[in-house]
Amino acid sequence: MSKSISELQSIASQVRRDIVRMVHAVNSGHPGGSLGCTDLFVSLYFKQMQHNPTSFDMDGKNQDLFFLSNGHISPVWYSVLARSGYFPVSELATFRKLNTRLQGHPTTHEHLPGIRIASGSLGQGLSVALGAARAKKLNGDDRLVYVLQGDGEIQEGQVWEAAMYAAHNKVDNVIAFVDCNGQQIDGSTDQVLSLGNIKAKWEAFGWVVLETNGNDLLALNTTIEEAKQLTGQGKPIMILMTTSMGKGVDFMEGTHKWHGVAPNNEELANALSQLEETLGDY
Amino acid sequence: MLTFELSPANDTRSGFGAGLLEAGKKNDQVVALCADLTGSLKMDAFQKAFPERFFQTGIAEANMIGLAAGLTIGGKIPFTGTFANFSTGRVYDQIRQSVAYSGKNVKICASHAGLTLGEDGATHQILEDIGMMSMLPGMTVINPCDYNQTKAATMAIAEFEGPVYLRFGRPKVTNFTPVDQKFEIGKAWHIHAGTDVTIIATGHLVWPAVEAALQLEAEGISVDLINIHTIKPLDEAAIVASAKKTNCVITAEEHNIIGGLGSRVAQTLAQHHPCPISFIGVNDSFGESATPDQLMEKYGLDSKSIYARVKMMKGI
Repeated sequence: MSKSISELQSIASQVRRDIVRMVHAVNSGHPGGSLGCTDLFVSLYFKQMQHNPTSFDMDGKNQDLFFLSNGHISPVWYSVLARSGYFPVSELATFRKLNTRLQGHPTTHEHLPGIRIASGSLGQGLSVALGAARAKKLNGDDRLVYVLQGDGEIQEGQVWEAAMYAAHNKVDNVIAFVDCNGQQIDGSTDQVLSLGNIKAKWEAFGWVVLETNGNDLLALNTTIEEAKQLTGQGKPIMILMTTSMGKGVDFMEGTHKWHGVAPNNEELANALSQLEETLGDY
Repeated sequence: MLTFELSPANDTRSGFGAGLLEAGKKNDQVVALCADLTGSLKMDAFQKAFPERFFQTGIAEANMIGLAAGLTIGGKIPFTGTFANFSTGRVYDQIRQSVAYSGKNVKICASHAGLTLGEDGATHQILEDIGMMSMLPGMTVINPCDYNQTKAATMAIAEFEGPVYLRFGRPKVTNFTPVDQKFEIGKAWHIHAGTDVTIIATGHLVWPAVEAALQLEAEGISVDLINIHTIKPLDEAAIVASAKKTNCVITAEEHNIIGGLGSRVAQTLAQHHPCPISFIGVNDSFGESATPDQLMEKYGLDSKSIYARVKMMKGI
């Protein structure tokens, strides 16, 4: 499963094509954050995580687990799950359609392989990840638990309940990410509700905090590998990952306007012209 | 027969604590979480016996529900414990998304439900929890009536796969159900067969219903008495069969009359056997501070009120 950085780049381009095509097809969904986090998902599923795409089971014993707390960026997750073998790539065409397993927000309810908890109502994923991490410890399972949250999402109070819990209980088999794109639905995070010094906040809550560029595959993978080295030392690990919302499609980049809006036909053509088809469209 | 072998009066929360300890002994996948109310929930015995399987979460109920959902991923059977108010309304969205919609095997165990919490007053006396939990698809809702039944219910839900809401309370109450009874989720307990009136009671109102039935029987009014401990799934067959015999039904619960046992019974009978029905419960209000007995009398949740309601229904 471990790919080179240039192979990851190639996969990421295809995943970004999948994302814009999926949201265009149903004229709904969240392309901005999905494009911004594509490099992380590709890195985790094609290089960093030890997992079994072809024999998914809920408990995931002796595998690394991933939880998506900001469930609205489901398009990137669905694409990466399909491209790594959890379910047929052709199923991406059913996204958000009647009777689909690819619901607007991820769910276990339709039994889609790769999903272990429903998410979308924000602020809950870190708690779930910590519970799964504690179960791993009880089971003598030394694999890791990864979890991604949005930066706007950490305005939710539950996130800080979980942050406090993890440090107090030395949950050191979890690597959490915050997608720092500085954007949320109503505008920039600074305009809506400033997050202040995010690094200082997590450090004050007792976490080891690393910072990286979430759209630089080499830097990102180096940071994840550094984080892995820091696990098992009595502290939870946070990676603050700076990304550009809409990364890879120039007119979508760096603005909250594409948080939850799908491209029209012309915009889709423009976007696809910027993203090389590397693995074949679904 | 309305005769019972009484055990010493005890609180239903202690029944939960005893049942949790037994469940923990029986299955090492059982784990417990508590949000800073370990003594109040009587979870200390479990904590002492299985410290590595007990998770103190602090005053952070939302995180506790999420942790519990996560613990199921890896095969654990988590029991969360806090007051009923903080077990439901405070964390409704966490239960909805991370537990119920996600189909997780979490047991949400809620003490100090209803008016009998007493002096702390309305901030803590939740009377809406059965309604909230019953509305969640896939959620099983259980409200046992005494120590023995709560202990048995706690052990039964550990062996049941799926999310459960288990509701119990604070004060010592008459302990009249059999020791070491077999608890069947979803199956009504037909306490007494009669023909004139049906009384359907749950939780702390079951013993007062027994007392009222004794008095009514002594006066020649034949009472069909049913304990519904599982509000969801509801034993509709038992309710309809009784209503067909008596054509006169009274429900009794320590909950708002909106959304609780009475609502469920009314919905069932409206569909399958419409007949006169009356509701003993809190009439869409908040509670207040006082002793449990004073409150149950003031709000009409006692044997006297049940007795009087039957007389009124029968026009006697």
